[in-house]
Amino acid sequence: MRIQQIHENAGSTPSEKVVVVRNLYKSFGERKVLEDFNLELFARENLVILGKSGTGKSVLIKCMVGLLKPDSGRITILGYEVPSLTPAELNALRLKVGFSFQGSALYDSMSVRENLEFPLRRNLGIADKKKLKDLVMTALENVGLASAVDLHPAELSGGMKKRIGIARTLILNPEIMLYDEPTAGLDPETSAEINELILTVRDKYHTSSIIITHDISCAHKVSDRIVALFDGKNKLEGTFEELKAQNSDELQSFFNY
Amino acid sequence: MKFRDLLLKLADIYRFILKFFRNTLYPPYELKEILRQCFQLGNKSFFLIAFTSFLAGIVFTKQSRPSLASFGAESWLPSLVAQAVVRSLGPLITGLICAGKLGSNIGAELASMQVSEQIDAMEVSGTRPFSYLIVTRVVATTMMLPILVIFADMMALTGSFVMVNSINNTGFVLFFNEVSAVVSYLDIFSSLVKSAFFGFAIGIVSSYAGYNSEKGTTGVGKSANTAVVVSMIFIFVVDLMGLQILNLFRE
Repeated sequence: MRIQQIHENAGSTPSEKVVVVRNLYKSFGERKVLEDFNLELFARENLVILGKSGTGKSVLIKCMVGLLKPDSGRITILGYEVPSLTPAELNALRLKVGFSFQGSALYDSMSVRENLEFPLRRNLGIADKKKLKDLVMTALENVGLASAVDLHPAELSGGMKKRIGIARTLILNPEIMLYDEPTAGLDPETSAEINELILTVRDKYHTSSIIITHDISCAHKVSDRIVALFDGKNKLEGTFEELKAQNSDELQSFFNY
Repeated sequence: MKFRDLLLKLADIYRFILKFFRNTLYPPYELKEILRQCFQLGNKSFFLIAFTSFLAGIVFTKQSRPSLASFGAESWLPSLVAQAVVRSLGPLITGLICAGKLGSNIGAELASMQVSEQIDAMEVSGTRPFSYLIVTRVVATTMMLPILVIFADMMALTGSFVMVNSINNTGFVLFFNEVSAVVSYLDIFSSLVKSAFFGFAIGIVSSYAGYNSEKGTTGVGKSANTAVVVSMIFIFVVDLMGLQILNLFRE
């Protein structure tokens, strides 16, 4: 219902698949992390992948952006077949996919401004100072941190780092956002702010998002649909209410928390 | 480490070096960042190398003098010191200091970037971290080592002159006349080429150790340690190989 409403507002069709994952396998040595995993992400949708630590959630999105190579299976993102892309094609795809890291991954040696300018200078070749400044300030204003522009990562709180990390990916105007544990390690109030930001990003930038989390309140707040991942397989799928209604032992531990 | 693991590691290092040359030779070039790294790396080591080379010149002169004096060949002191400094001491001191200072710096910096996913962040935003982080550092160390060696040689010879002058009252012009009489262009050229190889070894070893760091904070320590120890071993190996090749030319 909620997805339908979003698509009606955005003028896109809910059936438009921007990410398709089919029969994905990934192991590290003897340990199988993803087994016959399947997934679809629709345009303008916020899809939450819910699961305990070590169930392969982060491995999945790292396979999507080519940081890890799957053992077998297909990953199609915006028409690109990820595992078989050339480095140039992979770079082209990466400009359309924003990745927000669990630890924010801000460049320590650079100020917030330089962190945001870095992808603009290197990927888009923008050298004009005024243009850079405008783009940086717009991205920071969108995450509510324009005042932090001259600070260094060491001077920021955990929540601020997350926001700046998101701003750094948004500055390239991605079509898809991948959030790796966006609320991990944050207090409830800051977590709520980040959840709000994820929804704002979807509305302002018209992104489709995959949100990896084990935080049930985050899943509740931001999800249009949830895929519950256990032992590398997607076992349950549906809206928050649908999953809550199911009598699954593994899921109840999340809902009862 | 099993034999199979060792072979896999060697293959990985081989691929890393190939990737370095591919990224160095083909555009886009990172000239601005290379210059920044050259300044950073050179600037970081400048005073340490100046100080240690100056002291090494004094110590070497002071220790060599009694041996030469016992043969009545004390006047050969400037010649002996000059040959030792230009051919071996200067490059070796510079190489070892840079392996310690720059190697640990590059290894730890890249490892902490790896551990905190900063390199992954560069990768997923399409900013070619290998060119930006690795090529620039390896090229910078390769270019800066010869420059630092020239400087180290000058400081060591100055230290030696101070010592000789304080004992024998030898004048500046006389001392450096003797130095220039025994140091050939081949000595200088071979010393600079050798130090460029030292710089390459420090850069590539440290970058490999940092870029392929294990996850976790222990990975950072291990990478810094590996960078220093392996770079130092390589410096001695390159020095020995350089000596063998140079002897062929001399013969």
